[in-house]
Amino acid sequence: MGKVTEPEVMIGVPGYEQPVEDAEKQAGGSLLKIVVSRLNFHYGPRQVLFDVSLQILQRKITALIGPSGCGKSTFLRTLNRMHETVRGTRAEGEVLLDGRNIFDMDVVNLRRRVGMVFQKSNPFPKSIFENVAYGLKINGTMRRAQVAEVVEKSLMRAALWEEVKDHLHKSAYALSGGQQQRLCIARALAINPEVLLLDEPCSALDPIATAKIEELLFALTGSCTIVIVTHNMQQAARVADQTGFFLLGKLIEFNKTDIIFKNPARKETEDYITGRFG
Amino acid sequence: MSTIPVSTEAQIPPRLLAPRGGLSSFLQRLRSGDEIAHLITLAFAAATVLITVLLVYELWIHSALPRQRFGWRFLVTSTWDPVFENFGALPFIFGTLVTSAVSLVLALPLGVGAAIFLAELAPPRVSQRLAFVIELLAAVPSVILGLLGIFLLVPFLRSEVEPFLKATLGFLPLFQGQIYGIGLLAASVILTIMIIPFIISISREVLLAVPVDQREAALALGATRWEATWRVVVPYAKTGIYGSIFLALARALGETMAVTMVIGNDPRISSSLFAPGYTIAAVIANEFTEATGNLYLQSLVELGLVLFLVTIIINAVARVLIVVTTRRGTGRP
Amino acid sequence: MNSRLGWRKFVNAFMLTLTGLCALLSVSVLLIVLGYLGWNGWQYLTWTFLTHLPAPVGESGGGMANAIVGSAKLLLVAAVTGIPTGLLGGIYLAEFGGRTFAFLVRYSADLLNGVPSIVMGIFAYTVVVLPMHHFSALAGGLALGVMLIPVVLRSTEDFLRAVPNPLREGALALGASKWKAIATIVIPASIRAIATGALLGLARVAGETAPLLFTSFNNQFWSHGLNQPTASLPVMIYQYAISPYADWHRQAWAAGFILLMLVLIANIGARLILSRKSPAPRG
Repeated sequence: MGKVTEPEVMIGVPGYEQPVEDAEKQAGGSLLKIVVSRLNFHYGPRQVLFDVSLQILQRKITALIGPSGCGKSTFLRTLNRMHETVRGTRAEGEVLLDGRNIFDMDVVNLRRRVGMVFQKSNPFPKSIFENVAYGLKINGTMRRAQVAEVVEKSLMRAALWEEVKDHLHKSAYALSGGQQQRLCIARALAINPEVLLLDEPCSALDPIATAKIEELLFALTGSCTIVIVTHNMQQAARVADQTGFFLLGKLIEFNKTDIIFKNPARKETEDYITGRFG
Repeated sequence: MSTIPVSTEAQIPPRLLAPRGGLSSFLQRLRSGDEIAHLITLAFAAATVLITVLLVYELWIHSALPRQRFGWRFLVTSTWDPVFENFGALPFIFGTLVTSAVSLVLALPLGVGAAIFLAELAPPRVSQRLAFVIELLAAVPSVILGLLGIFLLVPFLRSEVEPFLKATLGFLPLFQGQIYGIGLLAASVILTIMIIPFIISISREVLLAVPVDQREAALALGATRWEATWRVVVPYAKTGIYGSIFLALARALGETMAVTMVIGNDPRISSSLFAPGYTIAAVIANEFTEATGNLYLQSLVELGLVLFLVTIIINAVARVLIVVTTRRGTGRP
Repeated sequence: MNSRLGWRKFVNAFMLTLTGLCALLSVSVLLIVLGYLGWNGWQYLTWTFLTHLPAPVGESGGGMANAIVGSAKLLLVAAVTGIPTGLLGGIYLAEFGGRTFAFLVRYSADLLNGVPSIVMGIFAYTVVVLPMHHFSALAGGLALGVMLIPVVLRSTEDFLRAVPNPLREGALALGASKWKAIATIVIPASIRAIATGALLGLARVAGETAPLLFTSFNNQFWSHGLNQPTASLPVMIYQYAISPYADWHRQAWAAGFILLMLVLIANIGARLILSRKSPAPRG
């Protein structure tokens, strides 16, 4: 398939293709998991995303940063079409997952391939085991032994197994906030998604819980592409390979994390990074 | 490494999200079972609407005969003569209105007073427990209250209350005439018992919905608790309390069993509360299975239609009044 | 000034007492009902009463076994017709509803709720009894079922709406289709409350007499199936209470006691279940 080539500096102007090795491009862009082209998003009459284009690299961590209300969460939710659960929303543009437009896919199938973890943990009012097993059960019956095996593996990947292995049948609500969030990650991992979207997963957690989650994200990149929205710049700097900076619905800049934080090309990015505005 | 040349124009034309009403989206939803679930639940929801429409329709067509024969005179004629097939609703409208009005007069001070006590003056735990018990009273079936009415209330009225009223207030035509025990007064008292829980629970809720700062402002100005309640909180919740009255009225109008067991079932229009009477609901209950001939039966149905329409209107007014108050209470900044 | 303040304080204390008396009086009515019914009803609650058919008019003895079974039968018909309709309609309103149609459905439900029960009896009469040319348990059960619909519909909708949205989103994000999310997450999360709402509705229609007077009518003997008129507790209470026979009066008390106990137990139980907090996620 050829060598992986680091993308060069890109100025966030719509229409630019991210420079890549030709061979990769001809092989169908297997380096690129998700390709977003000119995504526009409307809440009713109000437009909140303007011509957003970017490419998410396979099995890397991509962070989306920006001030509150800049549209990064809205953008994230478009990637698994969760915006369709709300009335009056309209997305225009192209979002390709492995080359196929997600808007032409069966949405249920899409969401099995692209999982999501929400800002506030939302475990079901069931046991820990039942929470993790939920995705398996609704996506097709599996034998009990198989389910138990996947539940254990998922809890391990979410770095929660040791803490709950003797309490699998206790209510999920008995867990602490950080544990509940890791449970939600395990739940999402159980159906083996190719992409995991995380919407400010640590915003309600203390630093120790946050560190645990960041650690497990690193471990996941071996098997999973990760897109994480965060208002915590340091977090983005710590974990992400690529970072995108959103402002007022526009993608201002998108590049390797190092470049964004050490040598941003746009003044707006620099202002945000250095804290010149909120 | 090559770069694709810059172009300010979009190289890929934006494609619209497949419209929700589009065929492929519809087929997706069909396959996933969502559309079927939507249709099934919609069907049952629609059934509710259809049943309501059917109800009005049936009441209308099965009262056609008397409506044609008597027209509006039906409402003001006071004869109820099955033999000569002359039917008029006036005695029943009279009985219904009188018993409901008297029960409201009795229930209002009692109910609002109790609600004020529960919402404003009592400690919260006491208030909750008492409110719970009072709500249970609303759950007592009408026929059981009628049972108590016949064997407990009526003898009590006959031997104690009505003679007392006659002796003290007998100069009023309301309290004159033969004492039977059963009659309009007995029915009114039973209705009072039945509607008090509604007045209390709704008034209590609207009083509780009054913003705390209203009460506190009055108290801060040196008002006693009663003054703060009576002069500030209650007027604020006035509309909702009116709403509870309308709701109680709607309930009283439709009450059947307890009323028919103690009212005497006599289509008489009299000026005394001691006299027996008849209400719309009671006459339907008593005579429906014995009605001979279509006109008789359909006249009873027409009575039901009248009752239905009046109840609907009053319920609608009640709901508007209650919603306005609770919204106002919570909507203030 | 002082006497004015004294007067105001007096008024305050007086009104506190007066309103308290109003509350006490209201509460005591229920206690009187319970007490009197308990005293009279309990005495006459015999084994004969529970297991025998009514004796011929004027004779003493006999019981209300057929009325007890008849009421159960009517409630069963009511439950089978009213609860699914209300449940599915409530699911529609909470999860699928469009704006105008949902408003229409809610308005119809409120309308049905406000219909006097005697008028509901007329409705069932015209729709079931007339075409069948005879009274039947089916007609009575349907009358009660229609009364049950708005109660179950509104409470189902309210309890489904109370399920927090993040739970729905979590299920959808895992690849559940909408109906699966509703069936496997939303409904189970609220099922206890919904069932309680249905129970309260049943308790209410169990005590209704008026709609049965010319639908299920009455029956001295056992009724078989749904096509025959049937005895029921409320109707028997009514008939016996207004009769001139002392023995029938005693039986009316006993029947009233049973009915009231069932209704109150259902109500108290339901409210206790509803007031207990369901497991909520921690912050």
